[in-house]
Amino acid sequence: MINHILPYWLLRIFHRVDGVLLAALSLLVFMGGVTLYSATDAYNDPTQLYRQGVHFLIGLSLMVIFSQIRSKTLRQWAIWLYGAGVFLLILVLLVGVSKKGAQRWLYIGVDIQPAEIMKLAVPMMIAYYFSEKPLPPRFIDVVIALVLVFVPMLLIMKQPDLGTSLLIATSGFFVIYLAGLSWWLIGGAVVLVSIAAPLMYFFGMHDYQRKRIDVLLNPESDTLGTGYHIYQSKIAIGSGGVYGKGWMHGDQSHLDFLPERHTDFIFAVFGEEFGLMGNLVLMGLYLFIIWRGLYIAIKGEDTFARLLAGSLSMTFFFYLFVNTGMVSGLLPVVGVPLPLISYGGTSVVTLMVAFGIIMGMKRRKRVYQQEN
Amino acid sequence: MGERLSIKTERDEQNLFNVRIIVAAVLILFALVGITVRAYHLQVIEHDKYAELSREHYQKRIPIPPNRGQIYDRNGTLLAGSHIQYVLEIVRDSIGDENNDGKTNIKDVEGVVGRLGKLIPLTEKDVRIFTQDVKKFKYQPIPIRENLTEEEVAKFSVNRPRFPGVNLEMRMERYYPLHEVASHVIGYVGRIDEGDLEHLNKDEYLGTSHIGKTGVEASHEGRLHGQAGYHLVEVDAYGKQQSVIDEKAPVGGQDLFLGLDIKTQITAETLLKEEGKGAIVALDPRTGEVLALASVPTFDPNLFIDGISRKDYTDLNTDPDRPLYNRALQGVYPPGSTIKPMAGMSGLISGIMSPGSRVNDPGFFRLSGQKHVFRCWNKRGHGSVDLKLAITQSCDTYFYTLANRMGIDKFSGYMKSFGFGKPTGVDMPSEASGLMPSPEWKEKRYKSAWYPGDTVSVGIGQGYWLATPMQLAHAASIMANRGVRVKPHILRSTRIAANREPELIKPEYLDAVNANDKDWSVVLAGMEAVMMPGGTARGAGAGAAYRIAGKTGTAQVFGLAGGSYNAGRIAKRLRDHALFVGFAPADDPKIAVGVVVENASGSGGHTAAPMARKVMDAYLLKKYLDDAPVEPEVEKQGADKPPANAAASPAADAGVQDDLHD
Repeated sequence: MINHILPYWLLRIFHRVDGVLLAALSLLVFMGGVTLYSATDAYNDPTQLYRQGVHFLIGLSLMVIFSQIRSKTLRQWAIWLYGAGVFLLILVLLVGVSKKGAQRWLYIGVDIQPAEIMKLAVPMMIAYYFSEKPLPPRFIDVVIALVLVFVPMLLIMKQPDLGTSLLIATSGFFVIYLAGLSWWLIGGAVVLVSIAAPLMYFFGMHDYQRKRIDVLLNPESDTLGTGYHIYQSKIAIGSGGVYGKGWMHGDQSHLDFLPERHTDFIFAVFGEEFGLMGNLVLMGLYLFIIWRGLYIAIKGEDTFARLLAGSLSMTFFFYLFVNTGMVSGLLPVVGVPLPLISYGGTSVVTLMVAFGIIMGMKRRKRVYQQEN
Repeated sequence: MGERLSIKTERDEQNLFNVRIIVAAVLILFALVGITVRAYHLQVIEHDKYAELSREHYQKRIPIPPNRGQIYDRNGTLLAGSHIQYVLEIVRDSIGDENNDGKTNIKDVEGVVGRLGKLIPLTEKDVRIFTQDVKKFKYQPIPIRENLTEEEVAKFSVNRPRFPGVNLEMRMERYYPLHEVASHVIGYVGRIDEGDLEHLNKDEYLGTSHIGKTGVEASHEGRLHGQAGYHLVEVDAYGKQQSVIDEKAPVGGQDLFLGLDIKTQITAETLLKEEGKGAIVALDPRTGEVLALASVPTFDPNLFIDGISRKDYTDLNTDPDRPLYNRALQGVYPPGSTIKPMAGMSGLISGIMSPGSRVNDPGFFRLSGQKHVFRCWNKRGHGSVDLKLAITQSCDTYFYTLANRMGIDKFSGYMKSFGFGKPTGVDMPSEASGLMPSPEWKEKRYKSAWYPGDTVSVGIGQGYWLATPMQLAHAASIMANRGVRVKPHILRSTRIAANREPELIKPEYLDAVNANDKDWSVVLAGMEAVMMPGGTARGAGAGAAYRIAGKTGTAQVFGLAGGSYNAGRIAKRLRDHALFVGFAPADDPKIAVGVVVENASGSGGHTAAPMARKVMDAYLLKKYLDDAPVEPEVEKQGADKPPANAAASPAADAGVQDDLHD
């Protein structure tokens, strides 16, 4: 029916968009909006809620646009995007803008954060690199891929922005994993990391980072200082109970005990107001979205498409895991938003673009075949 | 061939990729299950803990302190009340600037204080304490000036619009309208200190700044305080009040009516002030109610309410007369001859003496086989005396003999049944137990054996024996009751609100002293004779409108080696204490009195007994000594006495008597 109403070009555009994934994402964004309404007290001041709506619409448009881009095209952009990203990161370290002790921004009329570009550019670059090679990769290719990961990672770590550098590195590692990195090497890496982590703790961290880990291991030790965030968010989640305190009835969040409640700690607001039941629904929805992304990856048009779609889906999971793990007190405090729920334009737009890319990676059926 | 290889590679790559994706999908499932398990842990297993923490966070109890009960005497005269005190408080979050343009400037606290200081005088101390506290609290009101005068209140009220965020609050503050009168009984309240915090119920005292420190204020703290109420309010992370969830009104403390008859009390204090130091305790023997409890010198309890100044405190503490020391309950004195009626009763009860038993008094007593003599106060001796005469003339030899025959163990046992040697249990703090000596006690205290001579001294209330004025009055009331023992108590009745009837406190009976009626009659007749011509207190008993029973006593402070005692010739602090116990009317006792005058100008009969008489007159006949119109009357009556006894008194007595009425 709809085929007869809409013009052919528009139909073609929508055909490339994965309807299932879009529906699930829309539901997630809706849940995010509901939570944000409560977390920002939108009945008093709806500005932030409106803005988040605008972010979503921008993200949605970009998603539709990126979903049109075929893997062959995107592949060609990879190296340029990556190269430009690394260049900008170097510029940041040389002439960047400092805020709160970290030099992460470039001023070009507005402040931009080049690390955001690398969230997409790094997996694209590694996927591009492996798509040229026979898989599973040879050892030398793995080493080169790792160098491609470490260069931006170290540049970002230098800013310093440990959280983002780990996230970006992880998205690169996911590509290497999906490319078929030997299980032995993976095992070896796990062992190496578990040895390196304590060394890193003692020699490679800033005091504030070390403190976050101390607090994670013993949160009650510092309930007024660094531990305050985690302590308050655990109280918020825990006091929510099975069914939650009800929408708009979270005491912890509404009485300002919970810091960053509309951004990084929104999961605590959600948990307090909707309880364990809400969490089950939310986790189910996230799982569905991630699995759908992975399914699309399997259906990818070529190696680049598969690797990129798979790693972006896994990265999406990783954001989710790091955020919920942090808010529920399992992981140290790292500034990662809850994907598509936390307030914040950059994050929403980047994620929607990533889903657009994932959708575009799907193997194309010819549109005319359907018309027959 | 190459193409096939490529196809195979393509398929292998897809398979490899599929495996990787499936492994990833499973791991992701596990990870998200892990997050959910974590949520389950927090939201189900540890839910109670976090729910409680959350409640604690956002609910705050704002206590409403109860109004403290008032204290009255038995006739409803106010002894301790509460009045409104005005306090200026500043809430930092709400202060504004002088231009009153609606903008608040939290940083300008100093400016506001400066402007306020021009209107209402603020001391440096006020400002310093305020500045310390104000930094900590943004939304809480912090007091800056207490005790505003009416004039200052009016001044501030007019200028209030200039001071947004500065509030005039009312608080209830304790005051003692009679100042120095009965201060040892009433006691005082003071700021709650560390020591108080250790034993009080903190919930009940949130919002209360003062607590009873001594006297009835302390001993009946529980009744006076009442129960605190509260507002349960929801607060945000900054402590700002959002809404009231629940509230409970406070229950005011009970009003207390003391047994004290304030006019009798004033009479007793006035009498003691003439002599300097001492204590008078008057009890109602039927109920045990304390009718008067005077300890002189006294102090003004109002000084203590808002923290006594260092100078006042030093003055009170270094005063050699120790005005803070409650002599009536904490002072211990050798009871001297005042215990002879009780000793006499013990002789009769034990059967060692009979009413008719006679003892020959040659002027001294000597233990068989020993050289040392125990002198009777009358060196010439009283000759052959029976019990009644021994009491009337206070013959020491009779009681030396009695105690020696009875032995210390039995003797102390009987005296303990008259309340000596332990606190009477009156409802006042820090009552001393006095000392009823025994061989065990001496062994422990002095590592020394008990000698028969020790018993002999104890027989006339000397030796190691120490008693409080309260114990003397208590023993007198046991005599008045013919053995029935009622525990003394200061609290007569309580009422829970001004519109309710006061509820009487029931007397508490202790183990009675059992003896047959004839024996009581003999001893009581002796006590009555003390107050009559031929008795040691004949002067005090003269012209009484009712029958009085009593016994005088004199306690040595300074041992005189052989020389004769003359109060006028030795330093005041070394003079003997004068004592008296008694009750009246003898045929229907309504008041029992114990008097101790420290370093008195005369003997028990000449100094202490007339005081007891005046206290009895005050209570029984309402002849008070509190103000000018009453006083001359009493004095005239006193002046009547000397001629009546002049003949019977030793020459020195008249002189002492005159001293009293100087």
